[in-house]
Amino acid sequence: MDGSVDTAALAGVEAPRSRVRARRLWGGGLQGSDVNWALAFLVPYTAVFLLFVVYPVGYGLYLGSNPESYVALFHDPVYLKTVVNTLIYLAIGVNLHLFGALLLSGFFTRKSWRVRSLLLVYILPWAVPAIPTFIAFHWMLNGEWGFINNALYAVTGLDGPSWLNYRWLALGSSLVAYIWKWMPFWTVILLAGRMAIPQELYESAAVDGAVGLKRFTCVTFPLLANLYLICTLLSTIWTLGDFNTIYFVTGGGPSLSTHVLATLGFRDAFEVDNPQLGMAAVMSALPLLIPLVIVLMRKLAKTEVQL
Amino acid sequence: MSATTLGHVPAERRRSTRRRPWRRPIAVAVESVICLVILVWTLTPLYTMFEVALEQKDDIFSGNLWPASPTLGGFWTVLTQDYWYVAHFWHEMGNSLIIGAATCALTLAIGTLTSFVLGRLRLRYSWLVSNAALLTYVIPMSFLAIPFYRVMQNYGLADNLWAVIFVEVTFATPYAIFIFQQYGTSIPIELDEAARIDGASPWAIYWRIYLPLMKPAMVAVGTYALLLAWNEYLYMFLLLSSDTHMTVPVALGQFLNSDEAPWNLMMATAVIYAVPPVVIYYAFRKHMTAGLTMGGVKG
Repeated sequence: MDGSVDTAALAGVEAPRSRVRARRLWGGGLQGSDVNWALAFLVPYTAVFLLFVVYPVGYGLYLGSNPESYVALFHDPVYLKTVVNTLIYLAIGVNLHLFGALLLSGFFTRKSWRVRSLLLVYILPWAVPAIPTFIAFHWMLNGEWGFINNALYAVTGLDGPSWLNYRWLALGSSLVAYIWKWMPFWTVILLAGRMAIPQELYESAAVDGAVGLKRFTCVTFPLLANLYLICTLLSTIWTLGDFNTIYFVTGGGPSLSTHVLATLGFRDAFEVDNPQLGMAAVMSALPLLIPLVIVLMRKLAKTEVQL
Repeated sequence: MSATTLGHVPAERRRSTRRRPWRRPIAVAVESVICLVILVWTLTPLYTMFEVALEQKDDIFSGNLWPASPTLGGFWTVLTQDYWYVAHFWHEMGNSLIIGAATCALTLAIGTLTSFVLGRLRLRYSWLVSNAALLTYVIPMSFLAIPFYRVMQNYGLADNLWAVIFVEVTFATPYAIFIFQQYGTSIPIELDEAARIDGASPWAIYWRIYLPLMKPAMVAVGTYALLLAWNEYLYMFLLLSSDTHMTVPVALGQFLNSDEAPWNLMMATAVIYAVPPVVIYYAFRKHMTAGLTMGGVKG
């Protein structure tokens, strides 16, 4: 390392002063032409970042900077319902499917052939693209010919409700679809986290009397806690941006009562044809999103997310 | 370690079974019941897709739990494009494939170049780049849909496959950089130094040493990028409008919103569309799981 710095300084004797300074500024421990190589290597990503992140984000902020659209938004009864729905998704959906994933990841550490082969099937909801499965849910939930009510009738002889015609039934159904789709993914992540815990720890903990539930509360969970927190933060951010579930399962209905912020923004911008209003709906999530992003970025940058 | 584990656990179990011989059958029974519940939960929606796809056109709305007279006719109609709704099926599959392949290639190229600089050339201020990537990674994709619609028009990419490809690349590269950087730390820097002493340029080191050793991570990230693009709906719907540029998920969405929807054809299309990602997933399962757990993330 020291050698390369010296050569850079020596090479600089002949080069003009400003270029030396520029190289020192950018070069760190690099010598001569390597700086140019490094900068050239960074050109593609920088271009993508400027063209497709900075510009759209800036344009979005500009669209959402009109105070009048916020006034219109807050007077819209649909918006209030949407905020409630979004919060329900974040508070219940995220925690429910992550906690389920935590429990199931424990189940999937079992070594029997049944559990091992089940894991291969269990991952299917995540491997299958979202649109077909959500369309299937939409079909299943139909009151007249949907699979759920057919099965209900075949078993109990009772007619089920039209699931998608009532706000809370529709929202609850879409939550089930959401959990169905995403729980396998987090189960795999948490399963890998559990597998990384050395077996010796459990053995020595067992000697100290940590068995059964204590084994989980005293050994497993403290070691998984950081990963679980990162999973929760990421899942919250992705759920906030989730468009497909609501759009395909309930379509925002009945009478616009099951929208979430992502689908409402889309509706306002493209169906009502008011991009400023749509962007305002999306940006009203920023007070929640920004703290989440800051905490998550610190977590991801500091802790090497090694499992 | 494994020896002690293996020796330890059976001894424990043997003791407990001797004391309470009924314990093991009950454990098996409970485990089987839980397995069955998970199986039904997982497969019901997928079964529904097949059930509807296999129905005759007239039986779709009859409320059957399984097809009254199962037929592969629906699949055949889709594959031969024998109905006006599915007249562009293969074209749409082709578009999905083009977008997936291009996203995959560009993400791998940009991701490896950037992570090579970040991880192996000690460039000052490179943390700026990694923070930019991290920031992009945590922006929800759908939140930028509204500005992207106008931005792509300004770039002259309206109704152009490249618009979708660029969007997918934008959201896939941060993950790629993240994974490549972590994986790259396992490749000894002495290799680079040795090559440098032999007079290799950074490009030669990148091409001859870095890329070949990064293969496992590239498989993981490539699969991820391919599936991300293949499964996309929102941006395809927004940025592609003409029949010739449509992709399968957009066609499925149109099905859903039309009045006269032949559901058996729609579900057959959905099943065919879902097959490639599932096959790819099972083929590269080990790599993908490794990649996911390395970054702890993304679906």
